Amino acid sequence: MALLEVCGYRDGDRSAGPFGTRGTVMDRSSHFSFGMKTAEFAVPVGVDPQAFLSPYTAGEGDVRIHLNHGTTTLAFKFQHGVVVAVDSRASAGNYIASKDANKVIEINPYLLGTMSGSAADCQYWERLLAKECRLFKLRNKERISVCAASKLLSNMMCEYRGMGLSMGSMICGWDKQGPGLYYVDDNGTRLSGQLFSTGCGSSYAYGVVDSGYRYDLSMEEAYDLGRRAIAHATHRDAYSGGVVNLYHMRQDGWIKICKDDVAELIHQYALESK
Amino acid sequence: MEYLIGIQGPDFVLVAADTIAANSIIQMKHDHDKMFKLSEKILMLCVGEAGDTVQFAEYIQKNVQLYKMRNGEEELCITVTVAEAWLVGWCLCGLKICNPNGLFASETGVSFLALGKRGVKEGIWKGVLCRARVTDYVFWCVCTDLTRDEAVELLKKCLEELKKRFILSLPSFNVRLIDKDGIKDLEKLPLAAA
Repeated sequence: MALLEVCGYRDGDRSAGPFGTRGTVMDRSSHFSFGMKTAEFAVPVGVDPQAFLSPYTAGEGDVRIHLNHGTTTLAFKFQHGVVVAVDSRASAGNYIASKDANKVIEINPYLLGTMSGSAADCQYWERLLAKECRLFKLRNKERISVCAASKLLSNMMCEYRGMGLSMGSMICGWDKQGPGLYYVDDNGTRLSGQLFSTGCGSSYAYGVVDSGYRYDLSMEEAYDLGRRAIAHATHRDAYSGGVVNLYHMRQDGWIKICKDDVAELIHQYALESK
Repeated sequence: MEYLIGIQGPDFVLVAADTIAANSIIQMKHDHDKMFKLSEKILMLCVGEAGDTVQFAEYIQKNVQLYKMRNGEEELCITVTVAEAWLVGWCLCGLKICNPNGLFASETGVSFLALGKRGVKEGIWKGVLCRARVTDYVFWCVCTDLTRDEAVELLKKCLEELKKRFILSLPSFNVRLIDKDGIKDLEKLPLAAA
């Protein structure tokens, strides 16, 4: 078939894919390295992480590795840009490892990435994304668009599908098309939208934000909505807590608005409602 | 849980796809477009595993463009090998340039759930409901003498039936019509307000 030849599909060519073991029809042009030599993890030949992990994640045996996205993050677009609000509790199973973790990664002055899921995965892949964004800017003399940055991250996630990554991230920025907000997931989902919330406290945060969200919020109202949503989510969700880190992405870059302790916020809201 | 419908008439194809993008039980996006334009008159609708749908669809899109650039014309009859690794159910429909319409549906692991549909006249059409995975549905049918308006009415009846029987609420659908003049967006079909 002409199209098969164009696609470069060769029957029986099973050597393409990370670690040289996974057979795939996709072209191995290492898209997230822009054609430079493949940036892969150095592992011994014959390693197949997907096959190794699938009994533990897909769950036939007694042992299940179940990764919680133990956090609450949210971001929404409104008339003045994008508001990003995150909690700051880092949990390791039942142990609170840190009450002051920073879950927003400042990729560059015009791009922010949030973290939920495995902290290690988020930090590593978003730092890699920061490197690729910087290389893009040096090669092309203009800043990368939010759409392209989120696509790079999504391609990295698709490359390592089924190998145990856990990352739910929102890429927020301001580029030539205006404010941009994308949700990128470890199973390859990439969605653009007006409002997203991730993590196990996200259902509580959605409840608060959905009741108060309008596109024409003022800046103060938007900050208050973000703070309120995270505070209420931390009140009910065991894996979220600490402080609310609030950022505002504007046309000339992001600014950090506040870092408010959720306990004080909850007291304040309780007093207000009396 | 997603839904695609394709109805082929004598010289047109009507397709609809739901617009919900979900992540386990949460609806993350309410206006997600599941139709990918492969060429001026060929549309592909994709549902399935989260990252796979977009990656697969964009791969096919770019390769069709590449073929067009190299050979100066579009592949008239697109045959695609659906590799087992792709858990995608897709419905490929459109006009071949000089030939009558083709409407193809192909899924991995198809099981034919129902032949025919209640409430619509028998004898004029023949419909098939295919189940791509346990939760995704693709419906396609070939009708011999349907006008465009009748096709839209048939589509509305299908969506009403869906609202009645499908376990999830799918509030809105993107509808597109493909004929010899190209791809047209029709109005979004919301199911009747509860």
